[in-house]
Amino acid sequence: MGKLNSRADLIALREECVKAFEAEKTKILVCGGTGCVAGGSLDIYARLKELLEERGIPVEVELAHEPHDGVVGMKKSGCHGFCEMGPLVRIEPSGWLYTKVKLDDCEEIIEKTIIGGENIERLAYKQDGKVYQKQEEIPFYKKQTRVVLGSCGHINAGSVREYLAVGGYKAFEKCLFDMQPEDIIKVISDSNLRGRGGGGFLCGKKWASCAKQKENPKYIVCNGDEGDPGAFMDRSVMEGDPHKLLEGMMIAGLAIGSSDGYIYVRAEYPLAVERLKMAISQAEDCGILGDNILGTGKSFRIHINKGAGAFVCGEGSALTASIEGKRGMPRVKPPRTVEHGLFGKPTNLNNVETYANVPEIINRGAEWYKSIGPENSPGTKAFALTGTIQNTGLIEVPMGTTLREVIFDIGGGMRGGTNFKAVQIGGPSGGCLTEKDLDIPLDFDSLKKVGAMIGSGGLVVMDDKTCMVEVARFFMNFTQNESCGKCVPCREGTKRMLEILERITQGKGKDGDIELLEELADTISNTALCGLGKTAPSPVISTIKNFREEYEAHVYKKRCPAGACSKLNIYVIDPERCRGCSKCARNCPVGAISGQVRSPYVIDQDKCIKCGACMSNCAFSAIRREE
Amino acid sequence: MEKEFDFSVVDEILSRHEKAELSTISILQDIQDYYHYLPKEVFPYVAKAIGVGEARLYGVATFYENFSLEPKGKYVIRCCDGTACHVRGSLPILDQLRKTLDLSEEKKTTDDLNFTVETVSCLGACGLAPVITVNGVVHPSMTPEKALDLLDELKAELEKEAEE
Repeated sequence: MGKLNSRADLIALREECVKAFEAEKTKILVCGGTGCVAGGSLDIYARLKELLEERGIPVEVELAHEPHDGVVGMKKSGCHGFCEMGPLVRIEPSGWLYTKVKLDDCEEIIEKTIIGGENIERLAYKQDGKVYQKQEEIPFYKKQTRVVLGSCGHINAGSVREYLAVGGYKAFEKCLFDMQPEDIIKVISDSNLRGRGGGGFLCGKKWASCAKQKENPKYIVCNGDEGDPGAFMDRSVMEGDPHKLLEGMMIAGLAIGSSDGYIYVRAEYPLAVERLKMAISQAEDCGILGDNILGTGKSFRIHINKGAGAFVCGEGSALTASIEGKRGMPRVKPPRTVEHGLFGKPTNLNNVETYANVPEIINRGAEWYKSIGPENSPGTKAFALTGTIQNTGLIEVPMGTTLREVIFDIGGGMRGGTNFKAVQIGGPSGGCLTEKDLDIPLDFDSLKKVGAMIGSGGLVVMDDKTCMVEVARFFMNFTQNESCGKCVPCREGTKRMLEILERITQGKGKDGDIELLEELADTISNTALCGLGKTAPSPVISTIKNFREEYEAHVYKKRCPAGACSKLNIYVIDPERCRGCSKCARNCPVGAISGQVRSPYVIDQDKCIKCGACMSNCAFSAIRREE
Repeated sequence: MEKEFDFSVVDEILSRHEKAELSTISILQDIQDYYHYLPKEVFPYVAKAIGVGEARLYGVATFYENFSLEPKGKYVIRCCDGTACHVRGSLPILDQLRKTLDLSEEKKTTDDLNFTVETVSCLGACGLAPVITVNGVVHPSMTPEKALDLLDELKAELEKEAEE
């Protein structure tokens, strides 16, 4: 592909790509997201391609320059979102979705579906006895509105030609040739787009304040350091539609007057790094990115920085310090990042999802965007739905959708028929919501009112077997580990809180521990330096608020109502069932079980370390755990 | 006498990066990719080459969790303990791996340098929870039993290599 030197060149190339894309009447889209790849989707892709070639059917991987009929398009697409059912294969134009595809199924797919045009019911998704042939009809997809993830799963994620074929770089083209920086900022401001990284700050406001800084150069930075455990929305965008992110950043560059962009990606996302690198080099090869873009004399370069495993680098000033090659520690604000960011220069920092919203807003206008969801918090939001739920995966819904719809309609309710207990939203900075909160609309303002936050969008659903004190301990352990150590409240405070929570979950809780936790939480959130510290106590505060009785049971009765804290369980031998075989006594690592052969054995509760070895070894099910 | 350290790999890595502070992390990442850890000899050498203090370089290396100053095993097993994996039972898997290989939270690598077991906060493969990775390859929906089978497979591979 030669370099494009003008707007006409770009339009011509896009038309060529659209034609080639439309000429592919049949397409096979194999999911190439991390989830399905781990399930073996790349082998399935290779096998399907091989089988087609063996039968002499023309296969097309990259869109051809000269479209020809009868060709089958083979695509490695981005994440389809329905990770639970992977590996996924989608067939177009019928829109059929095949789930849990295995290598052995490939032959049948080619013979029956591609050649015979028949649906293979065995591979279709089924729920409550109903077969869903088409992807769009499946309840998991039906309630979703895909904007950011619109082409994710529908195009070859590693091809700029396919991105162009679905209207890619149209928004950038419009901004470059038809709009002034002020116009771009006005559209973004009018759209009320709010930052998807957690805080929900108005994106247009940020852009405007960065644009008016006098100092140069300015930088565009993308936060792809998606460190919240249980969140993978940004990963899917970077892997599944990398050009969309680049386009959003390039538009921000035009609006703010910057010619350098940086993407900071977690090192745990190797596939995202690879796809972004590929996308950047493709865009540079076409002349859309780099120097003298489309012959206008403007330039914009995008660099990739790989993180090195520090959660705190998701914080703005820590992230820029890390790009500079320093320890990623936050600094005192103000000055804000827009004034004093990367290399001490004005910097616009947004997260992946925010940038990925930009091209659509430019293309379809601020009014269209505001028509989705509540006016003050419009648009869609991607959520990673995980935990003890039926359908784990990646979803995108309009802001303002209720938790009930997300968990029960899209998520399919609880896995294994257990009962819903709580949902953790916003990761280690967020809070737990319970049954009574299920009808709260998911948007920035409504969640803030109940002491939770959208955060980056991780939704971890928990059933009644999950202990909330243990969950609080888990998050505190995480933030304590990730505390950078710069300020005392976070460094020391989280450590003390963790010690108390560990004590409670081990049955050594003392009277006054709950109150002490509350006091520490209050001090830390008021005095810590950065967002990580300020929000670190949130999971504890919200679990105490919603599940105080569970804390009290641990502290005062030394019981774990959910039966999850193993140190609080008691193992007892049922004398009726025990045959006195002595197997448990021989397996006990601490010699806590004693008795006479052929008569019931007894466990000495003072010696027992609650490892459960006796119970798993008993041949007569005579040992039970009391919770 | 300690054997002299061969800097040719480090030189090659340095030649691919701008010699400035902002390359610190990428240079250290490339060095670690090759050696699987950061040998102590590279610190004065790299510090001089990119013009930052040795202490500062050491500070960066110890700040980020991904850098290791200790040699790692041939197979690096990372057990995901993100929220999703945690609520679907990642701890029993970690315990099983540690127990079988006689490792602990402090002792992460076996004495024969064959295995390293460590935890990771989230791999973003939550749909497949609980997951572990072996040298970067994701193994989905793990159980303690499956982890044992996997260890046996890896050990068999090691033996096969030793025979060859």
